[in-house]
Amino acid sequence: MLSVEHVSKVYETRRGRYKVFDDVSFTLHRGRNLGILGRNGAGKSTMIRLISGAERPTTGHIRRGMRVSWPLAFSGAFAGNLTGLDNLKFVCRIYGIDYKPLQPFVEEFTELGAFFREPVWHYSHGMMTRLAFALSMAVEFDCFLIDEAMVVGDVRFHDRCHYELFEKRKDRSFILVSHDPEAIKKYCENAVVLHEGRLYSFPDVDAAYGFYLETLKANPEEIEV
Amino acid sequence: MRTSPTGIVDSSFFRSLAIQGRVLHALMMRELITRYGRDNLGVLWLVGEPMIFTIGVATLWSAAGLAHGGTGIPIVAFAVTGYSSVLMWRNAVGQCSAGIEQNKPLLFHRSVLILDVFLTRIGLEIVGATSSFIFLSFLFIFIGWMPPPENLLLLLGGWFMLAWFGGSLALLLGGGTAFSHLVHRLWHPIAYLLFPLSGAAFMVEWLPRKLQSVVLLLPMVHGVEMLRNGYFGNVVKTHYDVGYMAECCLILTLCGLYVVREASLRVEF
Repeated sequence: MLSVEHVSKVYETRRGRYKVFDDVSFTLHRGRNLGILGRNGAGKSTMIRLISGAERPTTGHIRRGMRVSWPLAFSGAFAGNLTGLDNLKFVCRIYGIDYKPLQPFVEEFTELGAFFREPVWHYSHGMMTRLAFALSMAVEFDCFLIDEAMVVGDVRFHDRCHYELFEKRKDRSFILVSHDPEAIKKYCENAVVLHEGRLYSFPDVDAAYGFYLETLKANPEEIEV
Repeated sequence: MRTSPTGIVDSSFFRSLAIQGRVLHALMMRELITRYGRDNLGVLWLVGEPMIFTIGVATLWSAAGLAHGGTGIPIVAFAVTGYSSVLMWRNAVGQCSAGIEQNKPLLFHRSVLILDVFLTRIGLEIVGATSSFIFLSFLFIFIGWMPPPENLLLLLGGWFMLAWFGGSLALLLGGGTAFSHLVHRLWHPIAYLLFPLSGAAFMVEWLPRKLQSVVLLLPMVHGVEMLRNGYFGNVVKTHYDVGYMAECCLILTLCGLYVVREASLRVEF
């Protein structure tokens, strides 16, 4: 089980302390999933970074009773002057697994060809995203953290990600953050909404969806398509 | 309590130790490839860089004919011990003060801590400086440019103290960069200013009495004096207080560990 307990996050900015959210709590059981809806700037990505453990909450606790991934397809976690293969080895060393059995999958999925043995700084954005996604799949996590804005690519990439994540690993947990309610409706069994520093829970996705539309109406000019 | 790389909270000390070992190994391999690449002489540069510096300095000093007051100290040995000890306290700090920025992406992996990044860099610098010191000493002793050391144990003691000083200062200043980038900016001028005071280019005995007590406030001066006492024996009178240096290093280590812990709470992406 993953539990987020009374978590708040404050950033120091030039104009003083900025509270992203305050006293947020929720739990996610093994095998279940959750969508987090929120407008741009609602703190969705911050929430993902806190859950992944990359950043610490200002107050409160996050307890991870299962293996939680790093933010999925996050290509920032690469060392630019290492090759794709080096980065695979690096990740495997950290997580204490053997890279050799994983190499065929990563090479096949990323479709990098000879570039797999070139430094990552020669990669295009698409190549980088594919490598990042493949490495996230290489480690067998119990819970995947997905920031929808990061998993961008062509239709083919999208379909393959969909297959790897929602079909091959449908027994796993995931948390999907998005500003697109359709994606949440499609993949998630429950959803919460981050709005103005608070987290709102609902009995089902439709209720969350309804509330989210209300928050959008507050400032109609900010509605995203 | 650390979190295991798989994310399951585990308070078992040995498990945590195993994880830290894995992370340090991964970082070490990455650092080696990043810094020295896989072509040309590769890892040899770990030794090569400090070696070129030391040979250069030794040659310059020899060419300048600095007789060091006719003390009978061989100039090459003087340069090798002096410059190697500078490398010990200067490079680790330099590497760590850039460590957080350069490794930020890797901190996205929960089990990679800022402390791991620093320990890796400190370790590599110590290995590099030590290898180059050993290699140069053997080389110069073999071709007869400098005599073998008089007291190996004392020499090792001085070397260890310098490594401790460099490592603890690196933790403190490296962690400090999370609070202010000024630390990184100011280190370069400070390192240059410290160099002539560090004991690398003089023996404390040669200084006026008043200046001696001032210079001996700097912990690394004690380390260099101890190292040279080990190398030259009683050819020259040395001034050092291991207890004082150990106290300084201990305080630096504790402050450093505290600052690094605080730094890990402040890192933002």
